[in-house]
Amino acid sequence: MEIAAGAELTAKKPRRISLWRGGMLVTSLVIALPVLVIIGSLFGDYSPAWEHLIETVLGDYVVNSLLLMLGVGAGTLLLGVSAAWLTAMCDFPGRRFFSWALLLPMAMPAYIIAYTYTGMLDYAGPVQSLLRDTFGWRYGDYWFPEIRSLGGAVCMLSLVLYPYTYLLVRVAFQEQSTAVLEASRSLGKTLPATFFRVALPLARPAIAAGVSLALMETLADYGTVSYFGVSAFTTGIFRTWYGLGELQTAAQLAAFLMLFVFILFILERQSRRRLRFYRTGTRQPPRRIVLRGWRAITAAGLASAILIAGFLLPASQLTVWVLQDPLRAAEPAFLQLAGNSFLLAAIAAACCLLLALFLGYGKRLFPGFAQTTANGVVSMGYAVPGTVIAVGVLIPFTWFDNVVDGWLRQTMGVSSGLLLSGTLGALVFAYVVRFLSVSLQTVESGLARIRPSIDESARSLGYAPLSLLQRIHIPMLRGSLLTALLLVFVDVLKELPTTLILRPFNFNTLAVRAHELASDERLADAALPALAIVLIGLLPVILLTRNLASDNAAS
Amino acid sequence: MTPQLDVNHVSVRFGDVTAVDSASITLNKGEIGCLLGPSGCGKTTLLRAIAGFEAISEGRISVRGRVLSTPGMQVSPEQRRVGMVFQDFALFPHLDVSANVGFGLRHLKRRERETRVRRLLTMVSLEDCAGAWPHELSGGQQQRVALARALAPGPEILLLDEPFSSLDSELRTQLASEVRDLLKADSVTAILVTHDQHEAFAMADQVSLLHNGHIDQTDAPYNLYHRPANAFVAEFIGGGSLIDVTVNADGELNDSLGVLDMESRSFAPEQRLRLLIRPDDIEYDESSTIELRVVDRAFRGANFLYELLLPDGQHVPCLAPSHIAANRGSLLPVRFNLQHVVIFNGEHQVFT
Repeated sequence: MEIAAGAELTAKKPRRISLWRGGMLVTSLVIALPVLVIIGSLFGDYSPAWEHLIETVLGDYVVNSLLLMLGVGAGTLLLGVSAAWLTAMCDFPGRRFFSWALLLPMAMPAYIIAYTYTGMLDYAGPVQSLLRDTFGWRYGDYWFPEIRSLGGAVCMLSLVLYPYTYLLVRVAFQEQSTAVLEASRSLGKTLPATFFRVALPLARPAIAAGVSLALMETLADYGTVSYFGVSAFTTGIFRTWYGLGELQTAAQLAAFLMLFVFILFILERQSRRRLRFYRTGTRQPPRRIVLRGWRAITAAGLASAILIAGFLLPASQLTVWVLQDPLRAAEPAFLQLAGNSFLLAAIAAACCLLLALFLGYGKRLFPGFAQTTANGVVSMGYAVPGTVIAVGVLIPFTWFDNVVDGWLRQTMGVSSGLLLSGTLGALVFAYVVRFLSVSLQTVESGLARIRPSIDESARSLGYAPLSLLQRIHIPMLRGSLLTALLLVFVDVLKELPTTLILRPFNFNTLAVRAHELASDERLADAALPALAIVLIGLLPVILLTRNLASDNAAS
Repeated sequence: MTPQLDVNHVSVRFGDVTAVDSASITLNKGEIGCLLGPSGCGKTTLLRAIAGFEAISEGRISVRGRVLSTPGMQVSPEQRRVGMVFQDFALFPHLDVSANVGFGLRHLKRRERETRVRRLLTMVSLEDCAGAWPHELSGGQQQRVALARALAPGPEILLLDEPFSSLDSELRTQLASEVRDLLKADSVTAILVTHDQHEAFAMADQVSLLHNGHIDQTDAPYNLYHRPANAFVAEFIGGGSLIDVTVNADGELNDSLGVLDMESRSFAPEQRLRLLIRPDDIEYDESSTIELRVVDRAFRGANFLYELLLPDGQHVPCLAPSHIAANRGSLLPVRFNLQHVVIFNGEHQVFT
C-alpha cells in the first residue's frame, strides 16, 4: 500500500513541475511582451512622419543623447570614483559620516533636482537677483550660465546618479588587499602612481558597471530633459506619440533607444562577470591613508561639496518653498495625490513581490534551463526606459481594446470602450514589467543565501516543498522580502514617464503633479509633492546605508 | 528477517556520468554502516539517493521491505522516514534549539512534542541549551542538535553526511565513538559517509569502500585492513607501498629480502608477485644483514617514518622507534616481517 502511495506521488510530481515551469515561461513572456512589441515595430510600416523626423529632429535626438551619455559618464566617473577613493581608502575628519551621507542624492529624482536648481539659478531666482542687487546690473549686462540646457542636464543627472558608481567602486576598493597596494609602494611607486597604476585598474570592472547603470538611468530620464527642453530620445518618443499621434513611429524611435540601452546592458553584465576575477582575495581591508592638514581639509571640502550640491542644497530649497505655505500639505488635493501614489506603488510592489517569489522559488525548486532563461528575461526589465515600456504596453492594449470594441459593435451594436488601455491595470502592468527585476534580484539573492541543505533537512523531516516555503523560507527571507517591497514601492513612486503616458484620464500622482506644476513655472507649488517623493525616497537609501554600516562592522 | 535497509544493485547516472555503479548494501536493525572513499567516489550521491534527493537509474532501495526508489518510482524525501544529518548541520537559523529539534514532530500534540524534545536534548546532553539560538552554539553542540533533530521523528534509518568534517580534527574520533554509543543505545540503524578511515573505523560495524562509483569491498574494519579485496582497498586503507617481487618455489624473495609464509599456497619458480608493504611490515633490527639506504625520513614524535631504497630501485616505508635516527643516505639494518603481508597476483587479484 505504501508503495502505491509512493507511485502516486511520483505521478503527480512531473505535472506539478510542468505546471510551475509553464507558469514561469508564460510570466516571462508576458513581461517581455512590451519589449517584443517595440522590437517588432521595426519590421512594421514606416509612416511618412519618418521623413519629417529624419529631416528635422532625429539628428538632434541621437547627438543630444550621445552628448548626455558622454557628459553624465564623465561626471559620474569623476564624482563617484573620487568619493569612493576618499571614503574607502583615506581617513579624514567626517569620513564615517560622508561614507553613508554621499548616498543621499540617490533619494533625489533627477527631474526634481532640475526644477529646484532652475528655481535657484534662473533669471528671477535668488542667485541672479542677488548678483543684480549687489552690482547694480540689469538684464543683459552680464553673462550667467543657462541652467536649462544640455550642460545643465548633464550636471543635474551626474549629481544624482554618481552614487551608482560610488557604491560599486567603493566596494571594489575595499576588496583590494593591502598587500597588493603595499607591493606597489615597495616597488617604488608613489601614492598617486599606485592609485592610477594599481588601484584604479583593479576597480575598472566596478567603474564600468556603475557608469553603465548611471547611463541607463540617463537614457531613461524623461523629466529632466523635457523640463530643460533638450531634444533627446525620450522626449522625442513622447512628442511623437502625444503631439503627432504616431504610436507606431514612437515605438520605432523607442526601438532605436533600446539599441543604446542594449549596448549598456551587455557592458554592465560583462563588467559584473569580470568583477569576480578582479577580486584580489584577502579579507583584510586596505589600511587607510591618513590625511592631515590641508589634505584633510581638501578631502572633507570635496565630499561636502558633492553632498551639498547633490542633496542638501536642493532639499533645503524644497523645504523653504514648502514652508512658505505649510498648510497646503493638509489640503484634500494633496492628500488625494499622496493616496493615489501610495495605492499604486503598494499594488505594484505587492504584484512584483508575489511574481518574484513565484519565479525565484520555481528556479530553486526545479532548476533547469527554462527557469533560468525565464528569470534572465525578466531581470532585463530594469534596463528598459519607462517611456519605451509605456509605448510597448500601449500598442498591444489599444489593439486589444479596438478588436473587442469592433467585434461588439458588429455583433451587438454596443461599444465596450477602453477595457485595458487607460486603466490602472495597464499602469500597474507597466510598473511590473519595469520593476519586477528589482524584486526578483532581491528575492533571488536572499534565497541564494539559504543553503540547499536547509531545504533538504526540512524535507527529510517530513515537509513538502510548499510548506517548506511557508515554514522555512519566508521566515528566513523576511528581510529580503521587505526590502523588495520597499525598493519597488519607492521606484514606482518616483517613476514619471510611464505614469505620464499610461495614467487614466484625470488620475494624478505626486510625480506627475510635480512635473506638471514645474512645467507651468509654479516651482513653489511643485515643491510639496517633490519633497514628499524625496522623503520617501530616503527610505531605501537608509536601508542601503545600514547594510553598508553592517558590512563595515563585519570587516 | 527483512533487513532494515536494502540497497540492491543501485546505479545513479547524471547524463553520461555514472556516479554510482551497481552498488549493494544490506544493513540489519541496529547496524551502523559506512560509505568510505576518496572525494568524487560517489558515496554522497548514494547517500542522497537513499534520502530521496537523487533519482536512481537502476536497482532498488527498500527500507524494512518498503520500496522507496526504483528507476520508475520515487517516494519523495518527506515521505521516507529517513533522517539525515548534514555536513554543514543545516540548522534553521530562525528557530531556537528546541524548535529545531521539534521541527519534524508537528504530528504530535504539544505536550508530547515537548516531552520528546526534552528527552532527545537530554540524550545529546544539551538540556541546558533548549532556548539557545543555533549561532550561539559551538560546532560540536550544533552537530548534536542536528543529530537530535534527525532522530526526533524516530526515523527507520539515519544518514550522516560527513558529520564530523567541519569539526576540529582532535574532536572527530572522540565524537565518532560517542555518537556510535548513542546510536547503539537506541539501536538506530545508520549509514555514515566519510573520507576519513579513522572516523569510519571508530563508528561503523561494516564499511563499504567506494571507488569510482563502485563498491570494491564491504567488510568489518579489521578485514578491510588485513584482507583487502584488491590493490585499491589495500592502498586506501592504512597506506603502504606496492612492490614487485620475484619468488622461488620456497617463497624466498629476490635479493634475500625475506621468506613468504607458505600456508596453503604454492609458488612457481621465478613467479612474479606484488606485495603490499605496510610501514609496520619492515622493522628495525640491529642484527639484520639486510641494510637499506635511507631516501627520506619524517619525524612523527613517537617514531620515524623512513622511506627506504630496495636494491632493485623500488621504495618501501618503514616505521622505526624515534631513538633510531638514521640520516638520509645512510644505511638502516631492517628485517622483513612478512607473516601478514598482502600478496597480489598480477595487478589487482589477491593471491590465495
